[in-house]
Amino acid sequence: MSANILVVAEHLHGQVLDITYVMLAGARRLAKATGGKVIALLLSENVQALSQNFNADIVRSYNHPAFEDFSNDAYLHVLEGEVKEEQPRVVLFGHTTIGMDLASVLSARLDLPLVSQVQRFEALNFISQICGGKILAEGALPEPTALVTMTPGGYKTEEGQGQNPPIETKQAAGVEKKRARLVRFIEPPISDVDISKEAVLVSVGRGLQNQEDLAMVERLAHALHGAVSASRPLVDKGWLPTSRLVGKSGKAVRPKLYLALGISGAPEHVEAITNSEIILAVNTDPNAPIFDFAQYGVEMDLTELLPALLEKLEQEKVS
Amino acid sequence: MNILVIIKMAPDLVEELSIDASGTALDTQWLRLLPNEFDEFALEQAILLKERVGANVTVVAPQADGIEDALFTAAAKGADHLIELTGEPENLNNHALARAIAALIPALQPTLVLTGVQAHNDLDGQSGALLAGLLDWPYVGYVSGVQIVERKAHVRKEYPGGLLAEIEVDLPAVLGIQASDEPPRYVAFSKVRQAMQSATIEKRDIGVLNCSGGTVISRMFQPEAKGHAKMLTGDTQEVVARLVEILQTSGAV
Repeated sequence: MSANILVVAEHLHGQVLDITYVMLAGARRLAKATGGKVIALLLSENVQALSQNFNADIVRSYNHPAFEDFSNDAYLHVLEGEVKEEQPRVVLFGHTTIGMDLASVLSARLDLPLVSQVQRFEALNFISQICGGKILAEGALPEPTALVTMTPGGYKTEEGQGQNPPIETKQAAGVEKKRARLVRFIEPPISDVDISKEAVLVSVGRGLQNQEDLAMVERLAHALHGAVSASRPLVDKGWLPTSRLVGKSGKAVRPKLYLALGISGAPEHVEAITNSEIILAVNTDPNAPIFDFAQYGVEMDLTELLPALLEKLEQEKVS
Repeated sequence: MNILVIIKMAPDLVEELSIDASGTALDTQWLRLLPNEFDEFALEQAILLKERVGANVTVVAPQADGIEDALFTAAAKGADHLIELTGEPENLNNHALARAIAALIPALQPTLVLTGVQAHNDLDGQSGALLAGLLDWPYVGYVSGVQIVERKAHVRKEYPGGLLAEIEVDLPAVLGIQASDEPPRYVAFSKVRQAMQSATIEKRDIGVLNCSGGTVISRMFQPEAKGHAKMLTGDTQEVVARLVEILQTSGAV
Protein backbone atom coordinates (compact mmCIF):
# COMPACT_ATOMS: atom_id res chain seq x y z
CA MET A 1 0.00 0.00 0.00
CA SER A 2 1.31 3.46 -0.86
CA ALA A 3 0.63 6.70 1.01
CA ASN A 4 -0.59 8.38 -2.17
CA ILE A 5 -4.02 9.86 -2.80
CA LEU A 6 -5.59 9.30 -6.19
CA VAL A 7 -8.16 11.77 -7.52
CA VAL A 8 -10.38 10.72 -10.42
CA ALA A 9 -10.74 14.06 -12.23
CA GLU A 10 -14.16 14.82 -13.71
CA HIS A 11 -14.61 16.74 -16.91
CA LEU A 12 -17.26 17.07 -19.57
CA HIS A 13 -17.31 18.77 -22.96
CA GLY A 14 -13.77 20.05 -22.52
CA GLN A 15 -14.44 21.65 -19.11
CA VAL A 16 -13.09 20.54 -15.75
CA LEU A 17 -15.99 20.18 -13.34
CA ASP A 18 -15.74 22.08 -10.04
CA ILE A 19 -15.96 18.91 -7.98
CA THR A 20 -12.50 18.00 -9.31
CA TYR A 21 -10.98 21.00 -7.52
CA VAL A 22 -12.93 20.21 -4.35
CA MET A 23 -11.47 16.68 -4.47
CA LEU A 24 -7.95 18.01 -5.06
CA ALA A 25 -8.37 20.25 -2.00
CA GLY A 26 -9.48 17.24 0.07
CA ALA A 27 -6.62 15.16 -1.35
CA ARG A 28 -4.11 17.82 -0.24
CA ARG A 29 -5.31 17.48 3.37
CA LEU A 30 -5.15 13.69 3.19
CA ALA A 31 -1.67 13.66 1.64
CA LYS A 32 -0.46 15.83 4.51
CA ALA A 33 -1.69 13.17 6.93
CA THR A 34 -0.24 10.22 5.01
CA GLY A 35 2.97 11.87 3.77
CA GLY A 36 2.12 10.76 0.23
CA LYS A 37 1.58 12.51 -3.07
CA VAL A 38 -1.59 13.79 -4.73
CA ILE A 39 -2.02 12.07 -8.10
CA ALA A 40 -4.73 13.42 -10.37
CA LEU A 41 -5.94 10.77 -12.77
CA LEU A 42 -7.14 12.36 -15.98
CA LEU A 43 -8.78 10.25 -18.64
CA SER A 44 -9.02 12.52 -21.63
CA GLU A 45 -7.64 13.31 -25.03
CA ASN A 46 -7.02 16.88 -24.00
CA VAL A 47 -4.77 16.52 -20.95
CA GLN A 48 -2.57 19.58 -21.31
CA ALA A 49 -5.39 22.10 -21.43
CA LEU A 50 -7.50 20.50 -18.71
CA SER A 51 -4.87 19.90 -16.04
CA GLN A 52 -3.04 23.25 -16.00
CA ASN A 53 -4.70 24.51 -12.88
CA PHE A 54 -4.62 21.30 -10.78
CA ASN A 55 -3.24 21.46 -7.25
CA ALA A 56 -1.61 18.03 -7.60
CA ASP A 57 1.91 16.59 -7.49
CA ILE A 58 1.45 14.52 -10.62
CA VAL A 59 -1.16 14.33 -13.35
CA ARG A 60 -1.36 10.80 -14.67
CA SER A 61 -3.07 10.78 -18.00
CA TYR A 62 -4.52 8.13 -20.23
CA ASN A 63 -5.23 9.35 -23.73
CA HIS A 64 -7.82 7.56 -25.77
CA PRO A 65 -10.83 8.61 -27.85
CA ALA A 66 -12.91 6.21 -25.71
CA PHE A 67 -12.75 8.75 -22.86
CA GLU A 68 -14.04 11.67 -24.88
CA ASP A 69 -17.54 11.33 -23.51
CA PHE A 70 -17.76 9.71 -20.13
CA SER A 71 -18.02 5.91 -20.40
CA ASN A 72 -18.03 3.95 -17.18
CA ASP A 73 -16.78 0.74 -18.85
CA ALA A 74 -13.73 2.52 -20.28
CA TYR A 75 -13.05 4.37 -17.04
CA LEU A 76 -13.46 1.25 -14.91
CA HIS A 77 -11.05 -0.70 -17.08
CA VAL A 78 -8.30 1.85 -16.44
CA LEU A 79 -9.21 2.39 -12.78
CA GLU A 80 -9.04 -1.30 -11.96
CA GLY A 81 -5.48 -1.53 -13.25
CA GLU A 82 -4.45 1.78 -11.73
CA VAL A 83 -5.76 0.99 -8.22
CA LYS A 84 -4.25 -2.53 -8.26
CA GLU A 85 -0.86 -1.21 -9.34
CA GLU A 86 -0.70 1.99 -7.30
CA GLN A 87 -2.46 0.65 -4.17
CA PRO A 88 -3.17 4.20 -2.99
CA ARG A 89 -4.31 4.93 0.56
CA VAL A 90 -7.42 6.74 -0.74
CA VAL A 91 -9.17 7.14 -4.12
CA LEU A 92 -11.47 10.17 -4.44
CA PHE A 93 -14.49 10.26 -6.75
CA GLY A 94 -17.20 12.90 -7.03
CA HIS A 95 -20.53 12.02 -5.44
CA THR A 96 -21.89 12.98 -8.84
CA THR A 97 -23.62 11.57 -11.88
CA ILE A 98 -20.14 10.52 -13.07
CA GLY A 99 -18.33 9.41 -9.90
CA MET A 100 -21.28 7.44 -8.58
CA ASP A 101 -21.29 5.34 -11.76
CA LEU A 102 -17.73 4.28 -10.92
CA ALA A 103 -17.01 4.05 -7.20
CA SER A 104 -19.52 1.38 -6.15
CA VAL A 105 -18.82 -0.83 -9.16
CA LEU A 106 -15.09 -0.64 -8.41
CA SER A 107 -15.67 -1.37 -4.72
CA ALA A 108 -17.50 -4.59 -5.61
CA ARG A 109 -15.04 -5.64 -8.29
CA LEU A 110 -11.88 -5.09 -6.22
CA ASP A 111 -13.46 -5.90 -2.86
CA LEU A 112 -12.32 -2.56 -1.44
CA PRO A 113 -14.23 -0.52 1.16
CA LEU A 114 -16.24 2.53 0.11
CA VAL A 115 -17.41 5.64 1.97
CA SER A 116 -20.13 7.84 0.40
CA GLN A 117 -21.24 11.46 0.68
CA VAL A 118 -18.00 12.63 2.30
CA GLN A 119 -17.91 16.38 2.82
CA ARG A 120 -14.52 16.78 4.50
CA PHE A 121 -11.65 15.06 6.25
CA GLU A 122 -10.06 15.46 9.64
CA ALA A 123 -6.63 13.80 9.49
CA LEU A 124 -7.54 10.31 8.23
CA ASN A 125 -11.15 10.50 9.39
CA PHE A 126 -14.02 11.16 7.01
CA ILE A 127 -17.11 13.23 7.76
CA SER A 128 -20.11 12.30 5.63
CA GLN A 129 -23.19 14.42 5.28
CA ILE A 130 -26.31 12.25 5.12
CA CYS A 131 -30.11 12.51 5.43
CA GLY A 132 -30.35 15.61 3.27
CA GLY A 133 -27.69 17.44 5.28
CA LYS A 134 -29.40 16.89 8.64
CA ILE A 135 -26.88 14.34 9.98
CA LEU A 136 -23.08 14.05 9.95
CA ALA A 137 -21.33 10.69 10.33
CA GLU A 138 -17.65 10.39 11.19
CA GLY A 139 -15.30 7.41 11.05
CA ALA A 140 -11.78 6.31 10.19
CA LEU A 141 -11.05 5.86 6.49
CA PRO A 142 -11.06 2.07 6.08
CA GLU A 143 -7.94 0.18 4.99
CA PRO A 144 -6.15 -0.88 2.86
CA THR A 145 -7.46 1.47 0.16
CA ALA A 146 -10.53 3.57 0.91
CA LEU A 147 -12.69 4.51 -2.06
CA VAL A 148 -14.55 7.75 -1.31
CA THR A 149 -17.28 9.74 -3.07
CA MET A 150 -17.13 13.44 -2.19
CA THR A 151 -19.90 16.03 -2.07
CA PRO A 152 -19.14 19.73 -2.58
CA GLY A 153 -19.34 22.23 0.26
CA GLY A 154 -16.44 21.10 2.44
CA TYR A 155 -13.66 22.86 0.54
CA LYS A 156 -13.42 25.86 -1.74
CA THR A 157 -12.58 25.12 -5.36
CA GLU A 158 -9.67 27.63 -5.20
CA GLU A 159 -7.89 25.36 -2.72
CA GLY A 160 -7.70 22.69 -5.39
CA GLN A 161 -6.23 25.02 -7.97
CA GLY A 162 -2.95 26.73 -8.69
CA GLN A 163 -0.15 24.48 -9.90
CA ASN A 164 1.06 23.26 -13.20
CA PRO A 165 1.97 19.70 -12.25
CA PRO A 166 4.10 17.40 -14.40
CA ILE A 167 2.14 15.08 -16.67
CA GLU A 168 2.86 11.38 -16.80
CA THR A 169 1.30 9.69 -19.81
CA LYS A 170 0.28 6.04 -19.79
CA GLN A 171 -1.13 3.80 -22.47
CA ALA A 172 -4.78 2.88 -22.31
CA ALA A 173 -5.41 -0.56 -23.76
CA GLY A 174 -8.59 -2.57 -24.06
CA VAL A 175 -10.92 0.36 -23.43
CA GLU A 176 -12.86 0.11 -26.69
CA LYS A 177 -15.37 -2.41 -25.41
CA LYS A 178 -18.29 -0.45 -24.05
CA ARG A 179 -21.43 -2.19 -22.91
CA ALA A 180 -23.13 1.18 -22.45
CA ARG A 181 -22.65 3.49 -25.42
CA LEU A 182 -23.48 7.16 -25.86
CA VAL A 183 -26.03 7.60 -28.63
CA ARG A 184 -26.35 11.38 -28.38
CA PHE A 185 -26.42 14.29 -25.99
CA ILE A 186 -29.85 15.81 -25.61
CA GLU A 187 -29.24 19.56 -25.37
CA PRO A 188 -31.81 21.48 -23.32
CA PRO A 189 -34.35 23.40 -25.43
CA ILE A 190 -32.88 26.85 -26.03
CA SER A 191 -36.26 28.54 -26.16
CA ASP A 192 -36.65 28.22 -22.42
CA VAL A 193 -35.32 30.77 -19.92
CA ASP A 194 -31.78 30.36 -18.67
CA ILE A 195 -32.20 30.31 -14.88
CA SER A 196 -28.46 30.83 -14.36
CA LYS A 197 -28.87 34.34 -15.80
CA GLU A 198 -32.04 35.48 -14.01
CA ALA A 199 -31.80 38.25 -11.37
CA VAL A 200 -34.82 36.97 -9.45
CA LEU A 201 -35.70 33.32 -9.00
CA VAL A 202 -38.84 32.02 -7.36
CA SER A 203 -37.86 28.46 -6.61
CA VAL A 204 -40.23 25.76 -5.42
CA GLY A 205 -39.70 22.38 -3.79
CA ARG A 206 -41.48 19.51 -2.17
CA GLY A 207 -43.38 21.85 0.16
CA LEU A 208 -45.60 22.78 -2.79
CA GLN A 209 -48.01 19.90 -2.66
CA ASN A 210 -50.56 20.60 -5.36
CA GLN A 211 -49.67 21.15 -8.96
CA GLU A 212 -52.47 23.75 -9.27
CA ASP A 213 -50.58 25.96 -6.79
CA LEU A 214 -47.83 26.38 -9.36
CA ALA A 215 -50.04 29.04 -10.94
CA MET A 216 -49.57 31.23 -7.85
CA VAL A 217 -45.83 30.70 -8.05
CA GLU A 218 -45.84 31.77 -11.71
CA ARG A 219 -47.81 34.88 -10.77
CA LEU A 220 -45.31 35.74 -8.04
CA ALA A 221 -42.36 35.29 -10.43
CA HIS A 222 -44.13 37.53 -12.92
CA ALA A 223 -44.77 40.21 -10.30
CA LEU A 224 -41.09 40.14 -9.30
CA HIS A 225 -39.87 40.13 -12.94
CA GLY A 226 -38.19 36.81 -12.34
CA ALA A 227 -38.47 33.18 -13.38
CA VAL A 228 -39.68 30.00 -11.71
CA SER A 229 -37.10 27.37 -10.85
CA ALA A 230 -37.35 24.22 -8.76
CA SER A 231 -35.55 21.69 -6.66
CA ARG A 232 -35.31 18.01 -7.56
CA PRO A 233 -38.65 16.55 -6.38
CA LEU A 234 -40.86 18.77 -8.56
CA VAL A 235 -38.76 18.15 -11.66
CA ASP A 236 -38.86 14.40 -11.02
CA LYS A 237 -42.65 14.66 -10.73
CA GLY A 238 -42.67 16.25 -14.17
CA TRP A 239 -44.23 19.53 -12.96
CA LEU A 240 -41.34 21.59 -14.33
CA PRO A 241 -38.76 20.81 -17.04
CA THR A 242 -35.13 19.87 -16.26
CA SER A 243 -34.03 23.27 -17.59
CA ARG A 244 -35.55 24.81 -14.45
CA LEU A 245 -33.68 22.51 -12.06
CA VAL A 246 -31.39 24.14 -9.50
CA GLY A 247 -28.92 21.69 -7.99
CA LYS A 248 -26.36 19.00 -8.53
CA SER A 249 -27.51 17.65 -11.85
CA GLY A 250 -29.17 20.92 -12.77
CA LYS A 251 -27.79 24.43 -12.78
CA ALA A 252 -25.90 26.61 -10.35
CA VAL A 253 -27.53 30.04 -10.05
CA ARG A 254 -26.44 33.47 -8.83
CA PRO A 255 -29.51 35.75 -8.71
CA LYS A 256 -29.84 38.93 -6.69
CA LEU A 257 -32.84 37.39 -4.97
CA TYR A 258 -33.52 33.71 -4.46
CA LEU A 259 -36.90 32.81 -2.99
CA ALA A 260 -36.78 29.23 -1.71
CA LEU A 261 -40.40 28.13 -1.28
CA GLY A 262 -40.91 24.76 0.39
CA ILE A 263 -37.31 23.76 -0.25
CA SER A 264 -35.66 21.97 2.67
CA GLY A 265 -32.09 22.80 1.65
CA ALA A 266 -30.44 19.46 0.89
CA PRO A 267 -26.67 19.80 0.24
CA GLU A 268 -27.01 19.22 -3.51
CA HIS A 269 -29.43 22.13 -3.73
CA VAL A 270 -27.60 24.49 -1.40
CA GLU A 271 -24.31 24.11 -3.28
CA ALA A 272 -25.99 25.56 -6.36
CA ILE A 273 -27.42 28.68 -4.68
CA THR A 274 -24.55 29.86 -2.46
CA ASN A 275 -23.68 32.69 -4.87
CA SER A 276 -27.13 34.27 -4.56
CA GLU A 277 -27.08 37.77 -3.03
CA ILE A 278 -30.18 37.36 -0.89
CA ILE A 279 -31.82 34.04 -0.02
CA LEU A 280 -35.29 34.18 1.45
CA ALA A 281 -36.72 30.85 2.58
CA VAL A 282 -40.27 29.80 3.37
CA ASN A 283 -40.81 26.42 5.02
CA THR A 284 -43.16 24.83 7.55
CA ASP A 285 -40.27 22.92 9.17
CA PRO A 286 -38.39 25.26 11.55
CA ASN A 287 -35.43 22.84 11.47
CA ALA A 288 -35.14 22.82 7.66
CA PRO A 289 -31.42 23.24 6.79
CA ILE A 290 -32.33 26.00 4.30
CA PHE A 291 -32.80 28.40 7.26
CA ASP A 292 -29.08 28.01 8.05
CA PHE A 293 -28.19 29.45 4.65
CA ALA A 294 -30.93 32.02 4.09
CA GLN A 295 -30.73 35.61 5.30
CA TYR A 296 -34.48 35.76 5.89
CA GLY A 297 -36.89 33.01 6.84
CA VAL A 298 -40.62 32.51 7.19
CA GLU A 299 -42.12 29.51 8.95
CA MET A 300 -45.45 29.23 7.18
CA ASP A 301 -47.45 27.11 4.77
CA LEU A 302 -47.20 28.23 1.16
CA THR A 303 -50.93 27.97 0.59
CA GLU A 304 -51.40 30.52 3.36
CA LEU A 305 -48.55 32.85 2.45
CA LEU A 306 -48.73 32.97 -1.34
CA PRO A 307 -52.29 34.32 -1.77
CA ALA A 308 -51.68 37.01 0.87
CA LEU A 309 -48.35 38.00 -0.64
CA LEU A 310 -49.79 38.18 -4.17
CA GLU A 311 -52.68 40.31 -2.98
CA LYS A 312 -50.32 42.73 -1.19
CA LEU A 313 -48.07 42.99 -4.26
CA GLU A 314 -51.08 43.76 -6.47
CA GLN A 315 -52.17 46.50 -4.04
CA GLU A 316 -48.67 48.01 -4.00
CA LYS A 317 -48.72 48.08 -7.78
CA VAL A 318 -52.08 49.87 -7.87
CA SER A 319 -51.10 52.39 -5.22
CA MET B 1 -38.50 -10.27 -19.93
CA ASN B 2 -37.95 -10.44 -16.19
CA ILE B 3 -37.44 -7.18 -14.33
CA LEU B 4 -36.16 -7.15 -10.78
CA VAL B 5 -36.80 -4.04 -8.69
CA ILE B 6 -34.94 -3.48 -5.41
CA ILE B 7 -36.66 -1.25 -2.87
CA LYS B 8 -35.75 -0.32 0.69
CA MET B 9 -36.98 1.95 3.45
CA ALA B 10 -35.24 5.19 4.46
CA PRO B 11 -35.85 7.68 7.29
CA ASP B 12 -38.57 10.26 6.69
CA LEU B 13 -36.70 13.57 6.57
CA VAL B 14 -39.75 15.60 7.49
CA GLU B 15 -39.59 14.12 11.01
CA GLU B 16 -37.00 15.29 13.49
CA LEU B 17 -34.02 12.94 13.51
CA SER B 18 -32.08 12.18 16.68
CA ILE B 19 -28.97 10.18 17.56
CA ASP B 20 -29.20 7.14 19.84
CA ALA B 21 -27.33 6.58 23.15
CA SER B 22 -24.37 4.92 21.41
CA GLY B 23 -23.75 8.19 19.54
CA THR B 24 -23.05 6.28 16.34
CA ALA B 25 -26.50 5.71 14.81
CA LEU B 26 -29.92 7.27 14.37
CA ASP B 27 -32.35 6.67 17.20
CA THR B 28 -34.81 4.21 15.69
CA GLN B 29 -37.38 4.41 18.46
CA TRP B 30 -39.35 7.27 16.95
CA LEU B 31 -37.93 7.00 13.47
CA ARG B 32 -40.56 6.93 10.74
CA LEU B 33 -39.48 5.02 7.64
CA LEU B 34 -40.73 5.62 4.10
CA PRO B 35 -39.89 3.78 0.89
CA ASN B 36 -36.78 5.40 -0.60
CA GLU B 37 -38.27 7.85 -3.12
CA PHE B 38 -35.90 6.89 -5.96
CA ASP B 39 -36.88 3.23 -5.48
CA GLU B 40 -40.49 4.31 -6.06
CA PHE B 41 -39.42 5.78 -9.40
CA ALA B 42 -37.61 2.49 -10.19
CA LEU B 43 -40.79 0.55 -9.46
CA GLU B 44 -42.86 2.90 -11.64
CA GLN B 45 -40.37 2.52 -14.50
CA ALA B 46 -40.64 -1.28 -14.22
CA ILE B 47 -44.45 -1.17 -14.32
CA LEU B 48 -44.36 1.21 -17.33
CA LEU B 49 -42.07 -1.23 -19.16
CA LYS B 50 -44.38 -4.10 -18.26
CA GLU B 51 -47.31 -2.19 -19.77
CA ARG B 52 -45.37 -1.26 -22.91
CA VAL B 53 -43.40 -4.37 -23.82
CA GLY B 54 -44.62 -7.01 -21.40
CA ALA B 55 -42.54 -8.13 -18.44
CA ASN B 56 -42.67 -10.10 -15.26
CA VAL B 57 -41.88 -7.74 -12.39
CA THR B 58 -40.38 -9.04 -9.14
CA VAL B 59 -39.89 -6.64 -6.24
CA VAL B 60 -37.36 -7.52 -3.57
CA ALA B 61 -36.85 -5.64 -0.30
CA PRO B 62 -34.97 -6.15 2.93
CA GLN B 63 -37.10 -6.51 6.06
CA ALA B 64 -37.92 -3.23 7.79
CA ASP B 65 -40.81 -1.46 9.52
CA GLY B 66 -43.46 -0.80 6.90
CA ILE B 67 -41.87 -2.90 4.16
CA GLU B 68 -44.87 -5.24 3.83
CA ASP B 69 -47.15 -2.27 3.09
CA ALA B 70 -44.63 -1.06 0.52
CA LEU B 71 -44.54 -4.51 -1.11
CA PHE B 72 -48.33 -4.87 -1.21
CA THR B 73 -48.54 -1.36 -2.68
CA ALA B 74 -46.13 -2.52 -5.39
CA ALA B 75 -48.44 -5.49 -6.09
CA ALA B 76 -51.43 -3.14 -6.31
CA LYS B 77 -49.49 -1.13 -8.89
CA GLY B 78 -48.82 -4.24 -10.98
CA ALA B 79 -45.81 -6.12 -9.57
CA ASP B 80 -46.12 -9.88 -10.08
CA HIS B 81 -43.91 -11.34 -7.39
CA LEU B 82 -42.86 -10.03 -3.96
CA ILE B 83 -39.80 -11.10 -1.96
CA GLU B 84 -38.86 -9.96 1.55
CA LEU B 85 -35.30 -10.65 2.66
CA THR B 86 -35.23 -11.65 6.30
CA GLY B 87 -32.27 -12.09 8.62
CA GLU B 88 -30.44 -9.43 10.60
CA PRO B 89 -31.76 -6.30 8.92
CA GLU B 90 -30.45 -3.88 11.56
CA ASN B 91 -26.87 -4.51 10.43
CA LEU B 92 -27.61 -4.47 6.74
CA ASN B 93 -25.44 -2.17 4.65
CA ASN B 94 -25.50 -1.72 0.88
CA HIS B 95 -22.61 -4.14 0.34
CA ALA B 96 -24.44 -6.91 2.24
CA LEU B 97 -27.71 -6.09 0.43
CA ALA B 98 -26.01 -6.26 -2.97
CA ARG B 99 -24.47 -9.65 -2.09
CA ALA B 100 -27.85 -10.99 -0.92
CA ILE B 101 -29.50 -9.86 -4.18
CA ALA B 102 -26.62 -11.27 -6.28
CA ALA B 103 -27.33 -14.67 -4.72
CA LEU B 104 -30.94 -14.50 -6.01
CA ILE B 105 -30.00 -13.69 -9.60
CA PRO B 106 -29.48 -17.28 -10.88
CA ALA B 107 -32.98 -18.25 -9.70
CA LEU B 108 -34.77 -15.06 -10.83
CA GLN B 109 -32.97 -14.64 -14.18
CA PRO B 110 -33.71 -10.93 -14.61
CA THR B 111 -32.88 -9.14 -17.86
CA LEU B 112 -33.02 -5.79 -16.13
CA VAL B 113 -32.48 -4.79 -12.51
CA LEU B 114 -33.90 -1.38 -11.55
CA THR B 115 -33.36 0.40 -8.25
CA GLY B 116 -33.13 3.95 -6.97
CA VAL B 117 -29.89 5.68 -7.91
CA GLN B 118 -29.26 6.35 -4.22
CA ALA B 119 -30.84 6.76 -0.81
CA HIS B 120 -30.20 9.86 1.30
CA ASN B 121 -28.67 7.75 4.09
CA ASP B 122 -26.27 5.72 1.91
CA LEU B 123 -22.86 5.53 3.59
CA ASP B 124 -21.24 2.71 1.65
CA GLY B 125 -22.10 3.30 -1.98
CA GLN B 126 -25.25 2.39 -3.88
CA SER B 127 -26.79 -1.06 -3.90
CA GLY B 128 -27.50 -1.07 -7.66
CA ALA B 129 -23.98 -0.16 -8.73
CA LEU B 130 -22.51 -2.59 -6.18
CA LEU B 131 -24.70 -5.35 -7.59
CA ALA B 132 -23.57 -4.56 -11.14
CA GLY B 133 -19.96 -4.81 -9.95
CA LEU B 134 -20.56 -8.18 -8.29
CA LEU B 135 -22.33 -9.58 -11.37
CA ASP B 136 -20.01 -7.85 -13.87
CA TRP B 137 -23.07 -6.41 -15.63
CA PRO B 138 -23.17 -2.95 -17.22
CA TYR B 139 -24.38 -0.15 -14.96
CA VAL B 140 -25.79 3.28 -15.70
CA GLY B 141 -26.95 5.56 -12.89
CA TYR B 142 -28.94 8.82 -12.80
CA VAL B 143 -31.36 7.38 -15.32
CA SER B 144 -34.58 9.29 -15.93
CA GLY B 145 -36.33 7.17 -18.55
CA VAL B 146 -35.96 3.69 -20.07
CA GLN B 147 -37.08 2.14 -23.33
CA ILE B 148 -36.42 -1.32 -24.70
CA VAL B 149 -35.32 -1.25 -28.34
CA GLU B 150 -34.31 -4.47 -30.09
CA ARG B 151 -33.19 -6.31 -26.95
CA LYS B 152 -31.22 -3.35 -25.68
CA ALA B 153 -32.12 -0.68 -23.17
CA HIS B 154 -32.12 2.93 -24.34
CA VAL B 155 -31.84 5.12 -21.29
CA ARG B 156 -31.80 8.82 -20.59
CA LYS B 157 -28.88 9.62 -18.28
CA GLU B 158 -28.34 12.88 -16.47
CA TYR B 159 -24.95 14.55 -16.59
CA PRO B 160 -23.88 17.61 -14.59
CA GLY B 161 -25.29 20.98 -15.65
CA GLY B 162 -28.73 19.70 -16.61
CA LEU B 163 -27.34 17.89 -19.64
CA LEU B 164 -29.08 14.70 -20.72
CA ALA B 165 -27.68 11.89 -22.84
CA GLU B 166 -29.24 8.92 -24.55
CA ILE B 167 -27.25 5.76 -23.83
CA GLU B 168 -27.67 2.32 -25.35
CA VAL B 169 -27.06 -0.44 -22.83
CA ASP B 170 -26.47 -4.14 -23.46
CA LEU B 171 -28.70 -6.47 -21.45
CA PRO B 172 -28.69 -7.83 -18.83
CA ALA B 173 -27.93 -4.63 -16.97
CA VAL B 174 -28.48 -2.78 -13.72
CA LEU B 175 -29.87 0.77 -13.85
CA GLY B 176 -29.86 3.34 -11.04
CA ILE B 177 -33.10 5.28 -11.46
CA GLN B 178 -33.42 8.99 -10.70
CA ALA B 179 -36.88 9.45 -12.20
CA SER B 180 -39.30 7.41 -14.29
CA ASP B 181 -40.76 8.35 -17.67
CA GLU B 182 -43.93 9.29 -15.83
CA PRO B 183 -44.41 10.17 -12.15
CA PRO B 184 -45.25 7.24 -9.84
CA ARG B 185 -48.93 6.34 -10.08
CA TYR B 186 -51.28 6.66 -7.16
CA VAL B 187 -53.13 3.60 -5.95
CA ALA B 188 -56.16 3.76 -3.74
CA PHE B 189 -55.85 2.07 -0.36
CA SER B 190 -58.72 -0.27 -1.30
CA LYS B 191 -56.52 -1.65 -4.11
CA VAL B 192 -53.67 -2.16 -1.64
CA ARG B 193 -56.04 -3.96 0.70
CA GLN B 194 -57.11 -6.21 -2.16
CA ALA B 195 -53.47 -6.97 -2.89
CA MET B 196 -52.95 -7.87 0.76
CA GLN B 197 -55.55 -10.59 0.29
CA SER B 198 -54.50 -11.87 -3.11
CA ALA B 199 -50.72 -11.42 -3.25
CA THR B 200 -48.19 -13.26 -1.12
CA ILE B 201 -44.81 -12.17 0.10
CA GLU B 202 -42.16 -14.83 -0.26
CA LYS B 203 -39.75 -14.65 2.66
CA ARG B 204 -36.13 -15.52 2.06
CA ASP B 205 -33.64 -15.73 4.88
CA ILE B 206 -30.36 -14.16 3.82
CA GLY B 207 -28.51 -15.90 6.64
CA VAL B 208 -25.26 -14.49 7.95
CA LEU B 209 -24.58 -11.06 6.48
CA ASN B 210 -21.34 -10.27 4.73
CA CYS B 211 -20.96 -6.53 5.36
CA SER B 212 -17.32 -6.19 4.27
CA GLY B 213 -16.68 -3.13 2.15
CA GLY B 214 -18.89 -1.00 4.36
CA THR B 215 -17.96 1.74 6.79
CA VAL B 216 -17.74 1.89 10.56
CA ILE B 217 -19.12 5.05 12.15
CA SER B 218 -17.44 6.26 15.33
CA ARG B 219 -19.59 9.35 15.83
CA MET B 220 -22.89 10.62 14.47
CA PHE B 221 -24.00 14.17 15.15
CA GLN B 222 -26.11 17.04 13.92
CA PRO B 223 -24.37 19.87 12.11
CA GLU B 224 -23.98 23.13 13.93
CA ALA B 225 -25.38 25.91 11.84
CA LYS B 226 -22.87 28.60 10.89
CA GLY B 227 -25.64 31.14 10.72
CA HIS B 228 -29.38 31.33 10.82
CA ALA B 229 -31.95 33.24 8.86
CA LYS B 230 -33.61 36.22 10.47
CA MET B 231 -37.10 34.83 10.97
CA LEU B 232 -40.04 37.03 10.06
CA THR B 233 -42.72 36.47 12.66
CA GLY B 234 -46.23 37.67 13.36
CA ASP B 235 -49.56 37.00 11.68
CA THR B 236 -49.83 36.51 7.94
CA GLN B 237 -50.42 40.21 7.22
CA GLU B 238 -47.43 41.29 9.30
CA VAL B 239 -45.16 38.72 7.66
CA VAL B 240 -46.35 39.72 4.19
CA ALA B 241 -45.77 43.43 4.90
CA ARG B 242 -42.22 42.70 6.05
CA LEU B 243 -41.64 40.44 3.03
CA VAL B 244 -42.72 43.15 0.62
CA GLU B 245 -40.33 45.59 2.32
CA ILE B 246 -37.46 43.16 1.80
CA LEU B 247 -38.46 42.57 -1.81
CA GLN B 248 -38.54 46.34 -2.36
CA THR B 249 -35.11 46.88 -0.79
CA SER B 250 -33.66 44.09 -2.90
CA GLY B 251 -34.91 45.90 -6.00
CA ALA B 252 -37.18 43.06 -7.10
CA VAL B 253 -40.34 45.16 -6.81
